[in-house]
Parts: sequence; C-alpha cells; structure tokens
Amino acid sequence: MRYLPLTDADRREMLSVIGAKSVDDLFKDVPASARLGAKVAGLPDHQGELEVERAFQAFAAKNVSPGTAPFFIGAGAYRHHVPSTVDYMIQRGEFLTSYTPYQPEITQGTLQYLFEFQTQVTLLTGMEVANASMYDGSTGTAEAVLMANRITRRHKALISGGLHPQYRSIIETTAKWEGFKAVLSKADAEGLEDLIASVDKDTSCVVVQNPSFFGHVRDFTKLAEACHAAGALLIVVVTEVVSLGLLKPPGDMGADIVVCEGQSIGNGLGFGGPYVGLFATRDKYMRQMPGRLVGETVDADGKRGFVLTLSTREQHIRREKATSNICTNAGLCALAFTVHLTLLGEAGFTRLSELNHAKASQLADKVSAIAGVKLLNDSFFNEFTVKLPKPAAPVVEALAAKGILGGLPVSRLIPNDPSVENLLLLAATETATDMGMDPLVAALKEVL
Amino acid sequence: MAVTKYSQEHEWIRVEGEVGTIGITQYAQEQLGDVVFVEVPAVGRKVAKGEACAVVESVKAASDIYAPASGEVVEGNAALADTPGDVNAEPTGKGWFFKLKLADKAELDGLMDEAAYEAFVKSLG
Amino acid sequence: MVQSLDRSQGREGGGREGGGRAGGVAAGATSTHGTFTGNRALQIEEPLIFEMGQPGRCGVDLPEPPKVKDRLNGLRRARTIGLPGLSEPQVVQHYTRLSQKNYAIDMGVYPLGSCTMKHNPRINEKVARFAGIGDLHPLQPVSTVQGALELIDQLAHWLKTLTGMPAVAMSPAAGAHGEMCGMMAIAAALEAKGERAKRKVVLAPESAHGTNPATAAALGFTVKPIPANDRGRVDLAALKAALGPDVAAIMLTNPNTCGLFESEIVEISKAVHDVGAYFYCDGANFNAIVGRVRPGDLGVDCMHINLHKTFSTPHGGGGPGAGPVVLSAALAPYAPYPWIVKDGDTWRVAEDGGALKSLGVDGAPLGRLKAFHGQMGMFTRALAYIMSHGADGLKQVAEDAVLSANYVMAALKDVMSPAFEGPCMHEALFDDSFLKDTGVSTLDFAKAMIDEGYHPMTMYFPLVVHGAMLIEPTESQAKEDLDQFIGALRSLTERAKTGTAAEEFKAAPRFSPRRRLDETLAARKPILRWRPSNNPPEGDPMKQAAE
Repeated sequence: MRYLPLTDADRREMLSVIGAKSVDDLFKDVPASARLGAKVAGLPDHQGELEVERAFQAFAAKNVSPGTAPFFIGAGAYRHHVPSTVDYMIQRGEFLTSYTPYQPEITQGTLQYLFEFQTQVTLLTGMEVANASMYDGSTGTAEAVLMANRITRRHKALISGGLHPQYRSIIETTAKWEGFKAVLSKADAEGLEDLIASVDKDTSCVVVQNPSFFGHVRDFTKLAEACHAAGALLIVVVTEVVSLGLLKPPGDMGADIVVCEGQSIGNGLGFGGPYVGLFATRDKYMRQMPGRLVGETVDADGKRGFVLTLSTREQHIRREKATSNICTNAGLCALAFTVHLTLLGEAGFTRLSELNHAKASQLADKVSAIAGVKLLNDSFFNEFTVKLPKPAAPVVEALAAKGILGGLPVSRLIPNDPSVENLLLLAATETATDMGMDPLVAALKEVL
Repeated sequence: MAVTKYSQEHEWIRVEGEVGTIGITQYAQEQLGDVVFVEVPAVGRKVAKGEACAVVESVKAASDIYAPASGEVVEGNAALADTPGDVNAEPTGKGWFFKLKLADKAELDGLMDEAAYEAFVKSLG
Repeated sequence: MVQSLDRSQGREGGGREGGGRAGGVAAGATSTHGTFTGNRALQIEEPLIFEMGQPGRCGVDLPEPPKVKDRLNGLRRARTIGLPGLSEPQVVQHYTRLSQKNYAIDMGVYPLGSCTMKHNPRINEKVARFAGIGDLHPLQPVSTVQGALELIDQLAHWLKTLTGMPAVAMSPAAGAHGEMCGMMAIAAALEAKGERAKRKVVLAPESAHGTNPATAAALGFTVKPIPANDRGRVDLAALKAALGPDVAAIMLTNPNTCGLFESEIVEISKAVHDVGAYFYCDGANFNAIVGRVRPGDLGVDCMHINLHKTFSTPHGGGGPGAGPVVLSAALAPYAPYPWIVKDGDTWRVAEDGGALKSLGVDGAPLGRLKAFHGQMGMFTRALAYIMSHGADGLKQVAEDAVLSANYVMAALKDVMSPAFEGPCMHEALFDDSFLKDTGVSTLDFAKAMIDEGYHPMTMYFPLVVHGAMLIEPTESQAKEDLDQFIGALRSLTERAKTGTAAEEFKAAPRFSPRRRLDETLAARKPILRWRPSNNPPEGDPMKQAAE
C-alpha cells in the first residue's frame, strides 16, 4: 500500500527487537469482547488513485458548479476570484504539512506570516490587536460574546436582527448550554432597527453586523457610545470582509470587538468550510482574547523572531480556567487570506471593493426595474434584499431548473416567518458579468 | 510588630495592625518561572478566606492566588503591571500583590509560621 | 508607512527600522555569520511585508470599476488602510523564503506525540479542488448539490462503521469543537431526563488534554480528577468511588495520553452507565486502534475524531481541523444541525428548528454549532484518504503505528527512561529521569534534536509524568528513517550522560533559522502587530549598543 513504507521483513525485524511474536501481542490490552480479529466488516478494501479520482468525479458530476452558471448567492459566503499564486503557496509542503509552531526556532515561516496576518486584520478593522485566526466568523462571533461576558461580568447579550441567522442560532445554542441569556431581536429586513434603548446595566454586549445580513450599511457610532455609557461592549460582525476596502471600519465607529468571516479573501466557497475567522479587539482586552496569538521577540543572537505568546490564557495551561477551549486556528486558511491580501495590497483591495459595489449597483438597478420587484435597500455593499410578489423559495428553485443560481430565499435561513417569505437576497461580486445578470433578469421575469 | 504567616498554596501574609500584605513565596516564584503578568483585585473588593482573587502568569503556567484570610482589599500593587519580574526578584518585598483590611484575625491561626512553612516545603521534595 | 529595503544593507538592517526588535548587521559590515547580507546560502533573512511594500505596486490586475453612484450610506472609508503593495514575484519570493524556515512532515520524522503527524497524501488535495466540489456555495439549492451531500454521507458512513456507532455529528470544526459538541449532547440528554441540575460533576484523568476540563467547565460542570494507578491507567476502584448520582459524565482518552490502552475500559463504561452517567471519549489517539477496535464496542457514548490526525487532512501550520463526533443511540437525537437526511432518492438538509419534523425524522438537536455544513474541505480529503486505504489498509495503519512506536520504545529503553512498563500503543512516553544529574532538561534535549534535523517530540505533556517526552512516529516512516532517528536520540543521550555537556545542550539549537527565543519578553511586553513607529523596548540589545 503506497502510504505504508514498512515491508513484512521490516515488521518481522521490528517485532524481534521488541520481543513480541506478532503485532497482536501489542494489542493485548484490548478486551477480548472488543477484538475484531479481522478488518472491520462492511467496508471496501484499498484503492489506487485512479479509482479514488473516479469516485470524486462521480460526486462532482451530481453538483452544479458556480463556474458554470449565472451566480448571485451570498448570505455569508462570497464567490471571488482567488489569484493562482495563493493556491501554489499554500500547497508548499513546508506550509501544508507543518504544524502549530510550538518549536519557534524551526517554524519562523508560520509565525511570521501569522504576525503579518494579525497586523493586516488590525488594519482592515481599525482595531488595535488581532489573534492568529478563529475557525470561522460564526464560531468567532460566539467566542466574542463569551469574551464580553467575561470582561463585563454580565450575562445578557443583545443580538441584532441584522446578524446572519445561523450566527444567531450559534449564539442561542451557546447561551443555552453555557448559561447566559441571548436576547434576539426580530429579523431586520428594512434596516431600521435601533437597539440603543435596549441597552441597560445588565447588558454585556450588543452584536450587530455590517453590512447586515440583508445588506444594509449602517453607522454604529451612536450605538457604541450608548454601550460604553452602560458599561457594555459593542461587537461588530463583518461577513463580507471585502466590504472593509470601501467602508468605514468598525474600529472607527467605536467597536470593542470585531469578528469577520475572512473566506472572501484567499479561500474559495468550498461548500461551507474550512473558512477563517478574523478576531480583533482593543489592547486593554488583549488578555481576554480567545485563540492563538503571535508576538515579536528576539532570539539568543539578538535577532528579531516570532513566538506564540500569552499562551497561559489557553486551555493547555489554564485547563478549566481557560479563556476558551480552543486549540486550533485556521492555519492554512489564514495563510491563503494573507497571501491574497498581500497580492492585492492597498490599491488592489480598494479597487476590488469598488468593483464589487459597482457590480451590485448594476444588478440592483436591473432587478428592481422588473415589475413587482421592490429593492429594500437604500444602502448596500455587494449584496441586497428584494421583495418579490410571491414566495421566494419556489422562485429560486425555478431559476435553478433554468440553470441559474439566483440568490438565496431568506426563508431558507429564517423559516416559519411570513414577513420574510417573499424576500430574496442577491449578491454580485467582481465575478458577476452582464452575461450573467441579463439571463437572471430574463428568467425572473418569466418566473414571477 | 509584623507577623508573617504562610498558606499551603505558597502565599505569605504579613500583618501589621489591621492590614495584611499578601504575596507568593520564594518557592512559588521558583516553580512558576519568569512572571509575565499579574492581575490584582480591585480596591474595595471583599474577599473570603480561600477565595481566588488574583492571578499570576508565567510563560509556562498560570496560577490563582487565594486570599489567606477574609477582608477588604485596600491596595493592589500597581507597579506589577509594568514590572511583573519584581515577583521573581523580591517575592517577599517589592513583589507583593495586594493588601487586605482583615475581617477576622483569628483566621490567621490556621496558617503556618515560618518554621512550619519551611518544613512543609522540604516535605515536597 | 512602508519602506523598501536596501539590499546592500541586509534585511536585518531594514527590519530594525520597521519598529521591531531586530538585532543584527550594521550597514556594510560583515555579519556574525560571515556573510555581508546575514543570509546563509538557502537560509534567507526575511523582512515583513510592511517593510517591503511600495505604494503603486500591486500583485493583481483588476479592471477599472465602472462609475456608479455610491450607495454606502455616506460611510465610505475616509482614510487609507495601510496595506503594503507588492508585485506577484515579490509575493512569491517572500512566502517561498518564509516556507524554507519551517520544518514539516514532508521533510521527515515529525514525532509529536498525540498529534499523529502522518503523511498527507496529495490525492487529497487534488480531489478537494475538483470543480463541482471545491467551488460549491453551501446555500445553493439542495437539488444542485446532491453529490456534495452524498459525499458527506459516505464519510459519515465510514466513520460510523469504523467506530461501531449509529450516528455522527459532522459539523464541528476542530477536535476541541467536537468535544464541545459531545459534551453539549450529554447536557442535552440530561436535560431531557430532567437531570441536568443534579448532575454537575464531570470526571477526567489528570493526564487529560487541557481541552477536556476547559470544555466541561464552559458548560457549567465541575471537573474532578480521576487518579491513575501505577500502570498509568485509570484507577478503577478510585473511579467507582467517585461515581455517584451527581456525575454527568467521564471524559477519557483511549488509548490514553500516556500512550496506553485502558485495559479496564469495558468495566469503566459499565460502572459509568450503572450510575446513569455518560462516557465521552477523546478520539485524539484513534490512530492506534482504527480498523482494529471499534469504540462502540467499548461502551463509548460519544467520541470526537480528529480528521487532521487519524485521517491525514493537512495540519497546515496549525489548522484547519475537523472534529466530527460519533454518537451512541442515547445521544444521537441531540446531534446539532444540520442533519443530512435521505428522502427517497433525494438528499435533504435539515438546517434549523422544524425542518426535521417536516422531513418525518425524529430528533431533538441541541442547536447549531457552526454556520453552513461543516469543514467540507476536510471531509473530502479524509474520504479520499479512507477510500485509498480501505478497511484492510486502515487496519494496517493502526498496526504499523503501534509497531513503530513499540520499536522506538524498545530501541531506546536501555538508554532513556520509559515512563511505564510494558508495551505502549501508538506513542512512546519517556520521563526525564534518564537525564538526572546531567544538567540537561527535557527542553534542552528537545532543542538539541533540532540541530540533528528533527522536530522535537511533544514535551511536558502529559503533565502527570515529570519532564515528559511523548514520541509518536506514526505508520508513515520507513524503518531506515526510524533507525536514523533512534540513532540520533541515542547519540544525544550518550552525550548528555557524560555530565559535561550541559552548556552545549543549553546553547541548542545552533543551526536553525533562529536560536532560542525570549518567550518571557514576548509575554511581558506583547508586540502582536507591526507598527510604523520605531520604539525598541528596554533591554533591546541594539538600543543599548547605540547608547
């Protein structure tokens, strides 16, 4: 078997050095009732690469690839073009097959790119310090709420109706089992929600999203002030990190913690994972941050180097008293993010954002010109909500039957709510073209 | 006349009048290694004997500091924010953590005196 | 503010101006290593991107955006971000040079105990990138992703069959996340029985990985330790004494973190179930038994599986991982959303409340732990690995892993000090008693291994053994490579035992891209990002030199 270097001769020699008759002797502690004797039944035997590839091609053939259809779905994961360089760099064996940099002397590659990544995250978000990444934006958001609870010693989190519904669901789940209260505002399709009056002395944090799940772009400066006056923290979530190329960053609005889904940069859609969570805060809260942190120092020769630091907050040392149970960061996905962002630089990232907004603007104009379709957004970045004259879910199915991936029916993520049943969420990135938009418009007209 | 007592968690408390100054012992700082961060309780906080009220972090470990006696915090050592290494350099001197106005001096009777603490440390091997 | 680096000065000089603590070369002088640049052949000193960029450089060509009216609610960014500009060649060079400072599995033995650093097959990477797999949006209409759902289900089927468990929750993003899922499922089961309030205690061995107590404590449980016996395994009598109606669960790793199979595990699970508690198994060490032993046969209620350990998905410098959790019949109803369900010939996804009922499926999901469906990229890679090995190959994997660890143990036990008598499973645990009176610590020994061309083994874990050294060779090493590794350790041990080599070990590593780094300084004065200012801290050797 191609991955197993030991030959039968090797095995015999090793057994004799060990002083065992057979490898079964080494498994003698396994209770007799659990000894299988043979391999596990009901599963096929090994296969060569050709057979494995064929199996995956068969899976792929049953899916519709976004590259083959007009495509307008966002809702927390965005289709962007990733430059070829990114994939080649992350597949270098020294990156792909290396591990957590516990021995910094021989992992300066990883440590340095994470230090650069942390810096990029602070720059994008307008914050002071960032960690070396979280699993993704959704779990990062829950961790931010837990962090706010620890800092304020309060247990009530206010959750905006503009936050991604699945992110809300995760916070609810975390609240239920970890023992705090999550107050969920109703879905804010119009972008008019005002949480200021709800902030009180028991509030640990308010969690908002910008642009919101429905696409609205808002200024949370006043909300930040209200939070601080009440001793609470403002957590701003950004699910489309490309928006930070064009929009006022949450740090400039007074956010205390910023969590982003970094997938848009460097990481393809991947059917939902793995993605990369960006997590940033103020220096005064540095020690309450979950996850790994890379810091700068010097080595025995006085040369600049990087190490994992402040690890005593983490589970392997604090155990029950850790800031979080997290053990991993998103490693390779963070590398993909940082390589892509480095390729873009200031000029490229800004231009990419402009392109996204321009495409979405064009799409919004075309779609809202269709009779019966109402655009709900005065503001948006690259995603907006339209209200159709009938339920959106069957419309999207009908579009799919015509070979068009025409957005997300909001009811898929917010079921059992008649007020959102006719809402359709549409996104357009730099990958959208006229050749994609016009068929969507034509098909919508037919279906509606 | 100051009296110093020791807890099994390697804290010392030096009592003068109604106020006790608390820190960790030489043995504790050796075990911890280089101290990188100390968190002391806020002035005014009331702590119970045995309650975790401060944290000391080194590069490889983090430990809670437990109040050896009940009382109200009257001062925390602010200097440790800038020079946590004071805990290693002078654990019984400038490396003190916080001061308590003691609620019940009788609680000190349950703590070890210097000779008993030294014997205790020896027994740890 | 960024500046380009003058190569004639050497990168170390530019690094200093970047506001870091870099020491190194004054312009024009010969470096301590005997080169002008401070580089040593293939080992290049590398600045930060912020020290390399130039405005006006960009590594991507994008078309001019059409002019549109702003619809940004007046919130257009007013100031620059501060990102450096680099061209594509510079970017490739930067990351290539950085990569050359990393040790990796691709380079040789990576004996990190409990991490299972096995070979990462490249077929995994190839299939993960197939169009129609790697590029799917998670929220496309379900009719357009039937193949993706089938793929996830096939992996689920393999995991359930290999473990002998009826259900699996696929969405956790990492091992620790899987632990959280398993323990939440237990909390949900207790709540459904009205017992959550009375069962507040979770038992875990002192040798457990820190994520175990961290997870339990986060869920409001009180963690009590279970002592080990002198054979390094759970003390069954002590466990039974600790079990009672207030216990929610035990959390055990099997094989345990000392690399030993818990021989009394069936009695343990029976005792736990007899008091109405649940058995969480940390599956980090599944590589020792995969294909040969099914945790379901041992009485486990839930076990997370680290796809990035047992099933070869790449470690990638620390992530991403994936931690699906296999569940017993008692816990299966509580698996979090999403549930992938077959409805006739069609795959459907139940994503939230009410969805299960409308699909006619019974269940009481504990909620949702992650957006979308889980770490699909890791599912694809793990499934490719599993299909490549098959049932026969996976059994061989466990056997070769256990054989290799025992071989290393047997070949070293006369000069190093195994922590426990008798054979181990897939990892060999030593303590530091063999270094007694040498002046060399576990840390020093590990750093000396670096100079010999090896990543050190896991150090100081598990905590229950003094100066622990945990070696996990995995099944991926050829015998000759194991022999070379063993030889290196024997030589180092011999050198240490002369009693006169302590200084030498403390100076290690000498040949790596960086020597030992000052972790105390990093923690006392955290610098967690680059800044354009130029303020070296107190104690900076260059500042002192300048004064």
